[in-house]
Amino acid sequence: MLTDLKTALRPAIVLSGLFAALLGIAYPLALTGLGQLLFPHQANGSLIRDGGRVIGSELIGQKFTSDAYFHGRPSAAGADGYDASASAGSNLGPASKALVERVKADMNAMAATGQGRAVPVDLVTTSGSGLDPDISPEAAFYQVDRIARARGLPKDVVRDLVKSEQDNPLLDFLGEPRVNVLALNRALDRMAPVR
Amino acid sequence: MTYQGWALILLFVAMTTALAKPMGMWLFALYEGRTTPLHRVLGPVEHGFYRLAGIDPDEEQGWRRYAVHMLLFNVALLLLTYLVLRLQGVLPLNSREFSGMNADGAFNTAVSFTTNTNWQWYSGEATLSNLSQMLGLAIHNFLSSATGIAIAFALFRGFARKEVKGVGNFWADMTRVTLYLLLPICAVYAIFLIASGVPQTLAASVDATTLEGARQTIALGPVASQEAIKMLGTNGGGFFNANSAHPFENPTALTNFVQMLSIFAIGVGLTWCFGKAVGDTRQGWTILAAMLFLFLLGTAFTYWQEAAGNPLLHGLGTTGGNMEGKETRFGIAASALFAVITTAASCGAVNAMHDSFMPLGGMVPLFNMQLGEVIVGGVGAGIYGFLLFAILAVFVAGLMVGRTPEYVGKKIEAREVKLAILAIAVPPLVILGMTALASVLPAGLAGPLNKGPHGFSEILYAFTSGAGNNGSAFAGLTAGTPFYNGLIGIAMWLGRFFVIVPVLAIAGSLAAKRYTPATSGSFPTTGGLWIGLLVGIILILGGLTFLPSLALGPIADHLAMVQGKLF
Repeated sequence: MLTDLKTALRPAIVLSGLFAALLGIAYPLALTGLGQLLFPHQANGSLIRDGGRVIGSELIGQKFTSDAYFHGRPSAAGADGYDASASAGSNLGPASKALVERVKADMNAMAATGQGRAVPVDLVTTSGSGLDPDISPEAAFYQVDRIARARGLPKDVVRDLVKSEQDNPLLDFLGEPRVNVLALNRALDRMAPVR
Repeated sequence: MTYQGWALILLFVAMTTALAKPMGMWLFALYEGRTTPLHRVLGPVEHGFYRLAGIDPDEEQGWRRYAVHMLLFNVALLLLTYLVLRLQGVLPLNSREFSGMNADGAFNTAVSFTTNTNWQWYSGEATLSNLSQMLGLAIHNFLSSATGIAIAFALFRGFARKEVKGVGNFWADMTRVTLYLLLPICAVYAIFLIASGVPQTLAASVDATTLEGARQTIALGPVASQEAIKMLGTNGGGFFNANSAHPFENPTALTNFVQMLSIFAIGVGLTWCFGKAVGDTRQGWTILAAMLFLFLLGTAFTYWQEAAGNPLLHGLGTTGGNMEGKETRFGIAASALFAVITTAASCGAVNAMHDSFMPLGGMVPLFNMQLGEVIVGGVGAGIYGFLLFAILAVFVAGLMVGRTPEYVGKKIEAREVKLAILAIAVPPLVILGMTALASVLPAGLAGPLNKGPHGFSEILYAFTSGAGNNGSAFAGLTAGTPFYNGLIGIAMWLGRFFVIVPVLAIAGSLAAKRYTPATSGSFPTTGGLWIGLLVGIILILGGLTFLPSLALGPIADHLAMVQGKLF
C-alpha cells in the first residue's frame, strides 16, 4: 500500500500539471484562435449592430413591453427578466401557487388589451434560460391585432410579416416552428417606424 | 404527442445504435493499447508526458495499485481546482472582477467536477472567471471522463484475462483515452458548435442597448471548448446557469440533437467494446438492448406526461403542453428526450428545467438516476455499473437453478457478489440517509423553493443527483449553503469512489481466475431471457429501494395536482 502511494506521487503531480496546461490552457486558447479566425461573428456572440452600436444578439431574447412590439415569453432571468448575465428558469413546480397566480395575472393583462382568451401556452410560461429568443408562430399571431392597432397597420400586413419571419424545423421534425422576436420587431420597425 | 416528436425519438435511438460499433472499435484499439493514426501527431505528446512524469506505460498494475494511483491523481486534481476557485480574485482572466469562492462552495465544486458530477450550486456567469472555467473546471471534464473509461477498461480486463494479477496501467489508460479519444473529438465538435453560434472568446461580456432602449449585459466566454467535453464526457456542468437551455450553449435544434447523441456516444461504444474484449460481441449487443429497452420506456412516459400539459394552466384557458421551463426552439419532445438521456447517462446537462416538469414527467429523470445510471450511463461508469447488475443477475439465476453462476467465462463467487452488493448499496444509503436528514433539519428545510411534496422532491433529487454523480437539479433548491455544499460534496465523493474501488477489486479478483468455458448447463447471457432477467433485477432493486420516497415526492405531488390542490 505504502509503495503504491509513493510510486503514485510523481506521476500524479506531474501529470496534473501537464494536463492542466494542455486541457485548461492550450486547448481553449487554440479553439479561441480558430473560432475568431473562422467564425468571428458567432464566436463573439452573434451580435447585431446598428450603426456601430450593439443592440443585442441574434440568439438572446430581449424584454419588450411596448404595445407596438411583439412580446417574448415571460422571463425569470434576473430581477426584471431577460438579464443576459443571469440566465435562469422559474423552477416552479406545476402545482405551485406562485406559478398559477403568475399565469392568471399575465392572462388578465392580455385580456385587457383585447387579445382573446385561448392563450398559446408559451406566451405565459417562462423558458428554461429566461433568454428564449423565440416564440411559437401561434404566440406571434395572437399578438397581431394589438400590433396592427398600435402601428396603424392592416392586420394582414402584420400577419404576413410574421409568416415571412417564421423559421421552420429542419427535415420537418428537428426543432419547432418559431419566430425570433427581436428579428420580427426589427422587421416591424423597418416596415413602419414608430413615430 | 406528435409524429414529429416520435420521429425524433426513433431517429435518436437508431443513430445511437449505429454509433455503438464504430465508437466501440476505436475504444477497443485504446483498450488494447494499439497504435492509431492519431499517434503520428499526438504520440510524441503521450510519450513526453510519460517521460516527464516517470511513467512506464507497459507496467502492469494489480487492482490495488491501479486504485491507489487513480485516487491520488484525483486528489491532486481536486486540490488544484480548489486552489484555482479560492484564488480566483487574484488570478488573471477575471475582467468582471469576481472574488474567490468561499471555502464550502469551493470544496463542493472541486469534488463535483472531480467526480464527473458537475453539480453546480452557483450560477456560472455570475460567479466564475474565464480562467476558473477553463483551468479549474474544464480539465476535470476531460480527466474525470478518462478516469471512468479507465476503470471500465480495468474491469473488462478482469473478465477477459486469465490467471494474472494485472488489470492494466492507470496512467496509460487515462492518458490514451484523453489524447486519442476525447481531445480530438472535442476539437472538431467545438468548431461545429462555434459555427452554430456558441461563443468562443476571452471577453467576459458585452453591453447592448435593446430596441426599447434598455441596457442588456450579455455574458460571453470560451463556451464552445467547454461545451464539447461537457457533453461528450457526460459531465454536464454548464458554462452558464441555464446550462444547455441557454441559447449560447445550445443555439439550435441541430446542436441539441448532436448534444444528445454525444451524451450517449461513448457509453454505447463501451458496450460493444466490452463484447469485443470478452471475445463475444453478442454480449455487448445484449447489454445495449437491455439499456435501450429501459430507455424507451422512460422516454415514452415522460414525453406523454409533458405533451399532455398542466391541467391547472389549461383550466385558466391556455392551450398546449407543459412549456414552463422549456425553450421554444426545442419544444416538448426534444426537451423530454433530453431529460431522459441526461439522467439515463450520468450527464446532468439540461435543456429544460426539470423542476418545472410535470410531477410524473420529472419522476422519470429522478428514477433513472436512482437505478444507478446504468441505462447507457456515464462514460465508463455506465458500463461498470451495469456489469455489477449483471453479476447480481447471474447470481440470482444461479440460485434458481442451483449452479455456480458464470458470466462471460468467469465463475462468479461469494467475493464478487459481496463486492457488487457493496457497490450497489452505497449510493441508495447515501441518498436516502441524507434526504431524511435534510427533511428534518432546519438547515435542510430552508433549501426548497417549492412547498409541499414538490419541495421534498427537490431535496430527494439533489442527493440522488449528487450520489449518482449526475449533476442535474430540481434547481429551485437553494443549494449554496454550508449545509448542502458540505453534505452533497460528501455524497458525490462516496457515490463515485465507493463504487469505483469495489469495481476494481472485482476486476482484480476476476483477472486471477481461470477461464470457465460455457457448457450446455450454463445460463445463457445473451438473448431475450437474459435481457428480461437483467431488466427485472434493475427495476425491482431500484423500485424496492426508492418507491417509498417517490410516493412522498412526485407521486403525492401528482395526486394533489389532479385534485387541484396548490402549494
